[in-house]
Amino acid sequence: MDPVYLDNNATTRVDAAVVSAMLPYFTEQFGNASSIHAFGAEVGAGLRTARRQLQALLGAEFDHEIVYTGGGTESDNTAILSALETRSGRNEIVTSTVEHPAILSLCAWLEKTRGAKVHYIGVDARGRLDIDAYRKALGPRTAIASIMWANNETGTIFPVETLAALAHEAGALFHTDAVQAVGKIAIDLSGSDIDMLSLSGHKLHGPKGIGALYVRRGVRLRPLIRGGHQERGRRAGTENAPGIVGLGAAAALAQEHMEEENTRVRDLRDRLERGLVQRISHAVVTGDIENRLPNTANVAFEYIEGEAILLLLNKAGIAASSGSACTSGSLEPSHVLRAMKVPYTAAHGAIRFSFSRENTDADVDRVLEVMPGIIAQLRQMSPFWDGESKTRTAFTPTYA
Amino acid sequence: MWEYSEKVKDYFFNPKNAGVLEDASGVGEVGAIACGDALKLMIKVDPETDRITEARFQTFGCGSAIASSSALTEIIIGKTLDEALAITNQDIADFLGGLPPEKMHCSVMGYEALRSAIANYRGEVWENDHEEGALLCKCFGVDEGMVERAIRNNVLTTMEQVAHFTKATGSCGTCVEGIEEVLERTNAAMVEAGELAASQAFVAGATPVVGRKAPRSSPVVAPAPPPAAKMTMLQRIKLIEAELEALRPALQSDGGDCELVDVEDNKVMVRLSGACVNCQLASVTVQGIQSRLAERLGTPVRVIPVPSTH
Repeated sequence: MDPVYLDNNATTRVDAAVVSAMLPYFTEQFGNASSIHAFGAEVGAGLRTARRQLQALLGAEFDHEIVYTGGGTESDNTAILSALETRSGRNEIVTSTVEHPAILSLCAWLEKTRGAKVHYIGVDARGRLDIDAYRKALGPRTAIASIMWANNETGTIFPVETLAALAHEAGALFHTDAVQAVGKIAIDLSGSDIDMLSLSGHKLHGPKGIGALYVRRGVRLRPLIRGGHQERGRRAGTENAPGIVGLGAAAALAQEHMEEENTRVRDLRDRLERGLVQRISHAVVTGDIENRLPNTANVAFEYIEGEAILLLLNKAGIAASSGSACTSGSLEPSHVLRAMKVPYTAAHGAIRFSFSRENTDADVDRVLEVMPGIIAQLRQMSPFWDGESKTRTAFTPTYA
Repeated sequence: MWEYSEKVKDYFFNPKNAGVLEDASGVGEVGAIACGDALKLMIKVDPETDRITEARFQTFGCGSAIASSSALTEIIIGKTLDEALAITNQDIADFLGGLPPEKMHCSVMGYEALRSAIANYRGEVWENDHEEGALLCKCFGVDEGMVERAIRNNVLTTMEQVAHFTKATGSCGTCVEGIEEVLERTNAAMVEAGELAASQAFVAGATPVVGRKAPRSSPVVAPAPPPAAKMTMLQRIKLIEAELEALRPALQSDGGDCELVDVEDNKVMVRLSGACVNCQLASVTVQGIQSRLAERLGTPVRVIPVPSTH
């Protein structure tokens, strides 16, 4: 039986068309775009096409607003560090408690080593940002506000346009980690208040090791990597030509499939979610159901632990993920679900299923077929499970 | 994916002795849902031979937690209680062909549950109830005795190892100093007993490099001096009442409450209500009340939550 891959928020398969577009750049088109000869010139043309493809997906007004990087994490680092250096007299950062570690670890390091003050804005039970707290945290000392476009674990979408406008009122820059949003929902940065946006190739059926930072025209950028004139001196190093061409091709494909992502893929996700909740008691969908990515489902199964579920799913040929990592170093369930105050009874058993356009109805059928048995098997073994007759009052999910 | 041995996978996918053991003669429970893993071990003992004839388990936890629990039952069936008590967490890990370092706490959980189940069978209700030392890591309910045993049984000499084996310090990190103290003291005692080379012993504050200075002599941790040990029952009840009263505002601020139901010898029956009911941290709350009362009374007490009347 074919394996079922439902971990597309972790990474995606590189589209066959993307691979085809990239291959010549490993062989015939191996030149360095900076060279004066024909080898370089041809590569230069390919890179320009790729840049326009990505520009179109983002709705960016100018092609030079795109700076290629080594991935989403580098883009995040570049944006925050640049803001602290270019906004003199401002050393505060406003971010959320549910950001990716690419932001959270960086902020913790800046607090420790650079004396930066970081405001971590909380979320409510559905994962929605506390806008009042966000507004209050912004001030004359804020260098940058950085809030993700969509959360990687629950898919919850944040109102980034509003947040960007509020940041500007305080004279601060606004950056968004849009690694999970780009390619899944329509984005139009023309006329936007967003100053910087991070994205990553491998989340949209592009290659790993390539990403980009959108920097709105007029926003000063201090490079993270120095040593060359590439990307107008904003990111040194010989261009990753195959990666850039791959990301361009992936962006073009994502734009073509945008409608499918928000109709067919969304329907698959919804059918899986409904099916699981109908078939399995004490299962709760987390996140902002009305306002989230079309491909992400996060379902918490009470009284059992996530890793055990994943191991059994894996045995059945199904790949999914859990926010929790049961190790001695990080026994807390997902920081995102804890920020949402999902009770421990459920947070340890949360499973994320993330779809892509490659998924089919058969994939959903397969999960719905095996999941009830897996959950029952583990609950049978759990000392906290009293059987189906358990009254629901024992646990009242206020977050769904 | 974890690099689990084939045996770990086998014991996870096809666990032996999972489920409830009816008429168990001893039950040991460790962990809590808030901690991410919990184990209930049930054993049946033949009183004639003192042998464990049956053992079953129920586990909430990851793959290696379930495998360790199952392995434990296989190891102890047929053993006498004394033989079983000689088993350490290392035996469980060895039986499974090893565990990843970050998962060693799963084997320690099995070891602690076994001690607890045997103590329960023998009627030693105090054995695993934190009377042997303060609750050090509140997040995971790890007491001094458990940390010491893990250090001795596995010859642990770094804080990272202690976290891997007991989970202590793994969450909020506020117990780091307390655990460092126990590690330093226990290592020092092991050096004295010739079980550990002085150069290996942990010294708080020292960087973990070869050739650091020898450990200081073990600092003596003085337990809180017991106040007036001789109290009449009435005095005791008055004191318990006053203490509980003082604790109530904190519970109420979390939407819960607590009232005294009865006092019987060293048992203090309380009723948790409001948000405390079904709160997965209720056991931590009970532990907190217990240590506070023990400190004030100067004698060990056992706080037992009783079900609320409907």
